[in-house]
Amino acid sequence: MSIIVDNVSKSFGSFQALKDIHLEVKPNTLVALLGPSGSGKSTLLRTIAGLENPDQGRIVINGKDTTGVDIRKRNIGFVFQHYALFKHLTIRENIAFGLRIRKSSEAHIKERVTELLNLIQLEGLGNRYPSQLSGGQRQRVALARALAVQPEVLLLDEPFGALDAKVRKELRAWLRRLHDDVHITSVFVTHDQEEAMEVADEIVVMSNGKIEQIGSPAEIYDNPASPFVIKFIGEVNILPSHAPLFTNNNHFGEEIFVRPHELDILLEDDGNSSRAVVKRIIHLGWEIQAELAVDSWELTAHLTREKFDRLQLRHNQTVYIKPSRVKSFREDSVAV
Amino acid sequence: MQKIKSVETWLIIVALAYLALILIIPAISVFYEAFHKGVQPFFEAIQTREFTVAVELTVIIALIAVPLNTVFGLCAAWVIARNNFKGKTFLVSLIDLPFSISPVVAGLMIVLLYGRNGWFGPFLESIDAKIVFALPGMTLATIFVTFPFVAREVIPVLEEVGTEQEEAARTLGASDWQIFWRVTLPSIRWGLLYGVLLTNARAMGEFGAVAVVSGSIIGQTATLPIFVELAYKNYQTEAAFSAAVVLGLLGALTLIFKEILERKTKIKEV
Repeated sequence: MSIIVDNVSKSFGSFQALKDIHLEVKPNTLVALLGPSGSGKSTLLRTIAGLENPDQGRIVINGKDTTGVDIRKRNIGFVFQHYALFKHLTIRENIAFGLRIRKSSEAHIKERVTELLNLIQLEGLGNRYPSQLSGGQRQRVALARALAVQPEVLLLDEPFGALDAKVRKELRAWLRRLHDDVHITSVFVTHDQEEAMEVADEIVVMSNGKIEQIGSPAEIYDNPASPFVIKFIGEVNILPSHAPLFTNNNHFGEEIFVRPHELDILLEDDGNSSRAVVKRIIHLGWEIQAELAVDSWELTAHLTREKFDRLQLRHNQTVYIKPSRVKSFREDSVAV
Repeated sequence: MQKIKSVETWLIIVALAYLALILIIPAISVFYEAFHKGVQPFFEAIQTREFTVAVELTVIIALIAVPLNTVFGLCAAWVIARNNFKGKTFLVSLIDLPFSISPVVAGLMIVLLYGRNGWFGPFLESIDAKIVFALPGMTLATIFVTFPFVAREVIPVLEEVGTEQEEAARTLGASDWQIFWRVTLPSIRWGLLYGVLLTNARAMGEFGAVAVVSGSIIGQTATLPIFVELAYKNYQTEAAFSAAVVLGLLGALTLIFKEILERKTKIKEV
């Protein structure tokens, strides 16, 4: 089931949350809406769901224009950040809620709920109440409740936002596996780039109510479309274009971007490199982070342990740096 | 350390003494006065016609006022907790008005509106309807005085529960009506129950407003609290204290009822 968001705009009072959003979600994919808070990602998700109505534009789900259609008739599964489980109902009854509203037979409800309890690996906890479950378990119940009515699309609003780091990691790997099994067109909102990279087939980067870029995790990382994307996704060194480094390149715009792992460190000048001083060495376990000073600019380089051992870097040592890849943007690309 | 201990002890003694003086001793005295000549006078007192009329009136008024104020209180609470609009604070203080107005003034207000010389007096007389010095007026006075309880108890609960569960129900296909019965009502039921019980307690115990409106005719328009006052003034001490005991038991009964209901469901949910 595909989702098409066609030129959607939405304002809350004088604040424009969404500006002319156009987005197509391919059937059976898992898409992440990624952006800082206030970027409009949650509003976009709620608009797709029908919890908000767009001021202008259309939402087309599976070829049907659903703009203005009551949320009850959209056949959508929605998972909330804070689970929104019904506190007065048992886990079984929470999962059965949508089926009871649809007046399914008692036998069917029982079968479906048991099936979903197995899917979320909470077989023995059906008769407990939400308050007796951990955060991760509650979020899985919320997911099962949304899936119970076999929705055409699944929408998740910061599904892991309220969980601690370890549970979060487990649950997102689980969500990815679940999606590989269930294959339901899914959109989830996150502000965590690592989460988006790990879970999503496609990432939609948003800022200030606009889409900055749509692409696979690799595309977004390797070919960021705007300064915002390169700054938001992954670490990056930012230098003014008048810095006397890397003069052999043609640059656009006012800033030049270099990823820390694309900055090579040499012990001897090879004619194309710049002189730098090692200011600080930080051991990150599987890699080493070196902080370098070039004139008045500070740069960060990431190198493998192996390379670090070979170079035998020391504090205040003079080295030569050479970027293997440099990124810059034309002025007008910002608006693209 | 020793000093803190003794301060603690003193505070506890003061609190207990206060509680005894305000609550326990008066309660005991009511029971003592009603029963100190044995149970016989008590049963005689509660079998008189005046007394049964008073109980009937009290129960009928509560049966009308409590359901009405429950429904209106719920509606008001929902509008206030779920919407943002101009004049919201004004509406909240308007709902609180019966708390800040003396019940006697409330009663007088009804007399001035519906009494023989009141605004609607001539009209009511022309259709031969009697409001003041009769059940309708007493019910109106009770409704006015007990209006804020349900809304007051439910608004904070509704605000705390938030809209997420309701939204979740909506995404699962529930209609507004289904959402109310299956999600909203169960999640606010303790606040609502508490509000209803307070409304009931006040409806049964209201004196001032009802006294002004009723005309206090024993055996006709005297509710239990008014009966207590009238009997006491007529030196029918046993009758007065017997009625007080019944009134007190009615109050105790609602509390016990609430306690049982709470225990039945709460254990599972916490």
